[in-house]
Amino acid sequence: MSATATSLPDATWKTEEVRVAGHPVRLRTSGRGEPLLLLHHDIGTPERLPFYDALAQHFTVHLPSHPGYDGSERPAWMRSVRDMAVLYQLLIAERGWETPSLLGLGFGGWMAAEMASMAPRGFRRLILVNAMGVKPARGEILDQALVSYIDYARAGFEDQSAFDRLFGADPPTPQLEQWDLNREMTFRIAWKPYMYNPTLPHLLSGVSTPALVVWGRRNRVVPLECGEAYARALPGARLAVMDGAGHCVEVEQPEALMRLVLDFVAGG
Amino acid sequence: MHLMYFTEQPMSAYPAEEGRKRGATALMFSNKHFDPVAGSRLYNEYLEHYRLAEESGFDGIMLNEHHNAPFCMQAKCNVFASILAAMTKRVKIVLLGNPLPLADNPVRLAEELAMIDMVSRGRLVSGFVRGGGQEQLATGVNPAFNRERFEEAHELIVRAWTQEGPFRWEGTHYQHRVVNPWAVPLQKPHPRIWIPGVLSKETIIWAAKQRYPYIALSTAIDATKKIWELYDSVAAEAGYTGGPENRGYLQRCHVAETEEKAMANARQFMWMQGEFTGLAHPVWSSPSGYFSPSYRKAFVEYAVGRGANPRAAEFEDQIASQQIIAGTPRTVIPKLRRLLEETRPSILGFWCADGFVSNADTQTCIKLLGQEVLPAVREMGKTLGLWSPFEANAPISIAYAKGPTPVAA
Repeated sequence: MSATATSLPDATWKTEEVRVAGHPVRLRTSGRGEPLLLLHHDIGTPERLPFYDALAQHFTVHLPSHPGYDGSERPAWMRSVRDMAVLYQLLIAERGWETPSLLGLGFGGWMAAEMASMAPRGFRRLILVNAMGVKPARGEILDQALVSYIDYARAGFEDQSAFDRLFGADPPTPQLEQWDLNREMTFRIAWKPYMYNPTLPHLLSGVSTPALVVWGRRNRVVPLECGEAYARALPGARLAVMDGAGHCVEVEQPEALMRLVLDFVAGG
Repeated sequence: MHLMYFTEQPMSAYPAEEGRKRGATALMFSNKHFDPVAGSRLYNEYLEHYRLAEESGFDGIMLNEHHNAPFCMQAKCNVFASILAAMTKRVKIVLLGNPLPLADNPVRLAEELAMIDMVSRGRLVSGFVRGGGQEQLATGVNPAFNRERFEEAHELIVRAWTQEGPFRWEGTHYQHRVVNPWAVPLQKPHPRIWIPGVLSKETIIWAAKQRYPYIALSTAIDATKKIWELYDSVAAEAGYTGGPENRGYLQRCHVAETEEKAMANARQFMWMQGEFTGLAHPVWSSPSGYFSPSYRKAFVEYAVGRGANPRAAEFEDQIASQQIIAGTPRTVIPKLRRLLEETRPSILGFWCADGFVSNADTQTCIKLLGQEVLPAVREMGKTLGLWSPFEANAPISIAYAKGPTPVAA
């Protein structure tokens, strides 16, 4: 990958399967320190990213594959993002993690926000990065049903060369099939309303968990106004806008994002 | 044989150049290009064609529906079925069909169909479809649950038709506290159900399990034979022998006074790629979760322009494979004989014209079919033993295979 990858210290990840509510959840773990649950995008996630490795230098990072994504078993019964959020609450209970921090990327940010609303004292910190989940008042959340797998993934990048480095300029067919499966699972749990929960902002107003909201100023998937809405809804949240970045800031600017996270942790 | 007339009800009166510029004419092609003045004229022309088809000796009129696209103006087949129920006297009204997953209230569909059956005095054949991929998006319905919704809505509708109400329905996708539609079908136990399809094996298997006739929509002869192999094998497992009464086929067939004119008009079948889905955008026509998982690789490659449309073929290939038949009555009859001999359907739909074929040429086609082609096809059907479900008095479904045969109440 990019030069950023080699500049970061190496991290060891282990993969295991955890049964939660009778369903096998694939969980990858690395690092040391306080537990942090890292929730990935709707297009799935590579097994490793420099940003994940960097997080693992400061936290014990737990990165589940959302059930039904990236080849993990599909829970056929699941119907909503809140279902997924509850499943992760059960995962936390099963593993006995004490007040973990939550970091959600995009679609995973929506899950993290739902989780915070369910357990207002259950989390140390909440970090939402370009999160879906709230309805934009003026703009729209990009409808992936209308664009190809590649175009949708590319829309997440302000810097197209960052996409090329991660997925290849012309991603191979197995990647397309995986994106299709991930998209199908997204449709199963987030079809209507598409990519938001109208009750979420109301519920978030009761969440006092220290929160950082990070947005790429050039986000073409979820408009910046959604970040502003999150920052308004969450008491005491801080909004950090990253210039020159899109929806996948963790790939485009991992070091800058990491600095924001560390500043937030030091301040909190 | 049961011989049906069909038109896709094309909305040719739109600026084709705008469509080509957009690259796709379904779903997102703006309806600012729809001209209601032309639409009004065309709807009424199509009604005249239906009337002429009945006069010319067709046994049935086949209707379908699509949404947000110029290739098919009919957005609700129950509307035209209602008109035909009162306007025609003899023909079966064959809906192929209502897209069940698009319905949020299948009980209402059951009511509408019962009303059409009563008004037509028991002439309804109520086919059901999944709806095209882009139709899921046009109606905001989740493509990932398309097949589940299809099967559950079907079960609910048949129950609403056959089980005395009130009863309660607590399904996966549909919940109704009270199912008790006042209108029930005239035909008992319920109108015949036929299932059309193009590609999905799952639909063929499902239809065969129900013992519903399957109507192959303009597939090539070899592909059609494979459909019947699959259907018959499922039928054998289900305990009956598949045959002509279970087989339908929709044939694109344009007839004119001369070969040249027929061939020129037949090219209009390629209008907007000659597909049911119009000038399709691959992403919209195959949303994730909609298509058969066994075709996933082919569809994802098509969706990014890496593979050919799994459904498309060139005009010359379709002429060679007889997916399109065109000519004078004298030349099309042997081709139809080949179709009947090789694939043995008892239900045959004639899709006469598409695109810009003129009103006059369409009427000529219907008349020539009625005068010269249909009688010849009927004779072939008798010789080949292609008895339609009506002629064979076939059970309406596997559930009624040993029970009452269908009658008008």
